[in-house]
Amino acid sequence: MKIEPERYELGAPSRYFFDLDRREFVKLFGGGLVILLTIPGSVTAQESGAHRGSGEDLPHDLSAWLKIDEKGAVTVFTGKAEMGQNIRTSLTQAVAEELHVGIGAVTLVMGDTDLVPYDMGTFGSRTTPTMAPQLRKAAAVAREMLIDEAARTWGVPRIGLVAADGSVTDPKTLRSLRYEELTKGQKLLKTIEDTVTLAPAAKWTVAGTPVPKIDGRAFVTGAHRYTSDMTRPGMLHAKVLRAPSFGATLKMLDTAEAEKMPGVVVVHDGDFAGVSAPTPHEAERAIAALKATWTTTPQPRGADLFTYLKENASSEKGNEEPFVKGSVADGMAAAAKKLEATYTVAYISHTPLEPRAALAEWTEGKLTVWTGTQRPFGVRAELAATFHIPEDKVRVIVPDTGSAYGGKHTGETAIEAARLAKAAGKPVKLVWTREEEFTWAYFRPAGVIDVKSGARADGTLTAWEFHNTNSGASAIRHLYDIPHQRIEFHPSHSPLRQGSYRGLAATANHFARETHLDEMARALELDPVRMRMKNLSSDARMAAVLEATAERFGWGKSHPGPGRGFGIAAASDKGGYVATAAEVEVDLASGSVKVVRLVAAFECGAVVNPDGLKNQVEGALVMGIGGALFEAIQFDGGKILNPFLARYRVPRFADTPEIEVVLLDRKDLPSAGAGETPIMAVAPAVGNAIFDATGFRLRALPLAPDGVKQTSLTSS
Amino acid sequence: MTPMPTTFILHINGAVHHVASDPDRPLLTVLRDELDLTGAKYGCGEGQCGACTVLIDGQPRRSCVTELSSIGGKEITTIEGLARDGRLHPVQQAFLDAQAFQCAYCTSGMIMSSVALLRTNAHPGPEEIVRHMQGNVCRCGTYPRIVAAIRKAAGS
Repeated sequence: MKIEPERYELGAPSRYFFDLDRREFVKLFGGGLVILLTIPGSVTAQESGAHRGSGEDLPHDLSAWLKIDEKGAVTVFTGKAEMGQNIRTSLTQAVAEELHVGIGAVTLVMGDTDLVPYDMGTFGSRTTPTMAPQLRKAAAVAREMLIDEAARTWGVPRIGLVAADGSVTDPKTLRSLRYEELTKGQKLLKTIEDTVTLAPAAKWTVAGTPVPKIDGRAFVTGAHRYTSDMTRPGMLHAKVLRAPSFGATLKMLDTAEAEKMPGVVVVHDGDFAGVSAPTPHEAERAIAALKATWTTTPQPRGADLFTYLKENASSEKGNEEPFVKGSVADGMAAAAKKLEATYTVAYISHTPLEPRAALAEWTEGKLTVWTGTQRPFGVRAELAATFHIPEDKVRVIVPDTGSAYGGKHTGETAIEAARLAKAAGKPVKLVWTREEEFTWAYFRPAGVIDVKSGARADGTLTAWEFHNTNSGASAIRHLYDIPHQRIEFHPSHSPLRQGSYRGLAATANHFARETHLDEMARALELDPVRMRMKNLSSDARMAAVLEATAERFGWGKSHPGPGRGFGIAAASDKGGYVATAAEVEVDLASGSVKVVRLVAAFECGAVVNPDGLKNQVEGALVMGIGGALFEAIQFDGGKILNPFLARYRVPRFADTPEIEVVLLDRKDLPSAGAGETPIMAVAPAVGNAIFDATGFRLRALPLAPDGVKQTSLTSS
Repeated sequence: MTPMPTTFILHINGAVHHVASDPDRPLLTVLRDELDLTGAKYGCGEGQCGACTVLIDGQPRRSCVTELSSIGGKEITTIEGLARDGRLHPVQQAFLDAQAFQCAYCTSGMIMSSVALLRTNAHPGPEEIVRHMQGNVCRCGTYPRIVAAIRKAAGS
């Protein structure tokens, strides 16, 4: 089946574009050693790599570069962005590892479109499996060139020379040269291909260790400047006029009163209206003074969401062909037990604690925008298209950002700030309110998933039919051995704006699948772990995390106390494998649910930073509890009904269970990303545990926004 | 009508600042936009997330919902005022040691709330920590690490 796993991650198609030629490069980088890494083959197969069709000096598939200046400072340039996943740290480790320098010698320039190679964006857990090896290769080549340089200086063969701690040493003579001594007076520009061999994980000394967050001190002192903290000389603050409902158009706007306010600049351009003013407070007053008349259009009812999605499912399959194996009818005929069930997932909000923000400045026709986005080059393309200027007249810079979780792919805030800055002739900063973030950003898609299955009495699955409507195709396929299958994704028309969310639809698909398997195991009176293992003969990695979780949890060895239940689920996506076991406590009188314990074993190949990875897994488990139990965007008629943190519940301290993370470090396997997969098994594990505790089978996410009892009574 | 600005005298981190502002303006925007003290963050504007937490006479306050006129001559402490002579406050150090953050946007508020807790309860138990910190959101989900950091700071 050809599916687009990143269906919701791709924005507008990007035009590959590259701004610097070789002369500019030398000018930009000055003296020292510069390594450019190219990836042979088609650029379309790569997520990183600048492509220029104009046949100029630079390689077409440039993906990374690294510079060692005449003072020995190492600067690495990457289009990835730091949003809390700690890749500034893990990528620095990768470079230090190959270059044989300390962590402190390496600086990463990230997400600045004027300085870094093209990159599609920071999503899909791609940084560790693709960007880290690229930077390591550039670093390895730089190290070898420094050894060459030392050999030349001393007139000795390079073999036997050792690069370590920022120096090249000749063990025979004990002569030593610092990297800066070797790069001094040099103007070396080397282009390399992606064919360098790297140190195996078993020999890592810097990678593979728990290096703390780079610049951690700047974060605990409040010194770090997120986009929303930045200022520029003469900067104004912006507010944008928002429509009363989705689909509304601006019919009339009276700006007279706002225009009279001192220092206020009003922009009315089509359906866009906004103001900039010397302080946020004055901008708020000016926006309140605009008198707008809107034309609204009828919008779907929230109560009809799932019917609406099914009724509007597209019959066009596009390139998302169904996966078909054998015949489901035959498989069902061979089954001793047949099950059929429908699962739903609600829209949920990323709620990044730093709302969208952008600071835009026009200087002599060139637009610079600081903004927290996962797609700096994508936002650059959006800005260029919006303002009808070439991409080389737009620079997007991403300061380390206050989280995103898939929610910051788009450039709406950058565009709004840039439009207002253009009119004001001054730098303009726009920080969205929480209400704007809840309303005008985008959501994790809602969806309906229909599952039909058959199994023999011993738990061997014989048939599997799975239809996902609207939520997405990520991890729609699975690792269980089932002879007869039909798996299909049905795009639909979404009443709300939807897009990427940590793990995409893999969470929804795993929720439906792993809940359904639990239902089958219960129906056959089999242990849910053993039943999964029975159908996992061809995937040892999935079996390994399931075993590790079961063992740490004490699965099968102890039984839940009164009002408590155990549940387990497994998931695999994006090169990672996770199994999560949950213990929940349900108060049957009030219906309230508390997850009291989560155990998760996770495996993503060779571990680059064990503590950073553990932090990611813990965080994903906590975030997963929100989507599992209570997070849901409520809407009706084109309005969000709960656009406030007081009415959109996110996990807090008291929701946090006792968490145990087991990391399986596979030094023999390439490192995969870890930002997403650990969230995927939480919801089914919790739902299965609620069933264990209560006998109520909950098939809708969130499982228990108002408690178990109420949910079950209203949904049955 | 535009209200008349009043001059307020604010005592922040041991310094005195004169600020001309509307009385109903939230402290958070004065700190951030007038005084360039950007350590306190805007997270929700509803007093629900705690990212804007500062200490007012030692009490944790949500600066996004604290009107300027309510402060008077009280001493305001922000995250910028915690370290002394380049030495981190024990709570800041404990957050670093426990790596109790991911994106760290919540960190200033978490640290200020933690400092306030330890001022009144030098050795809080896990449940006391959870109760006190319930109003602070870490969307990255580093709560277990934050609890560990607070306990470590309490022990040091």
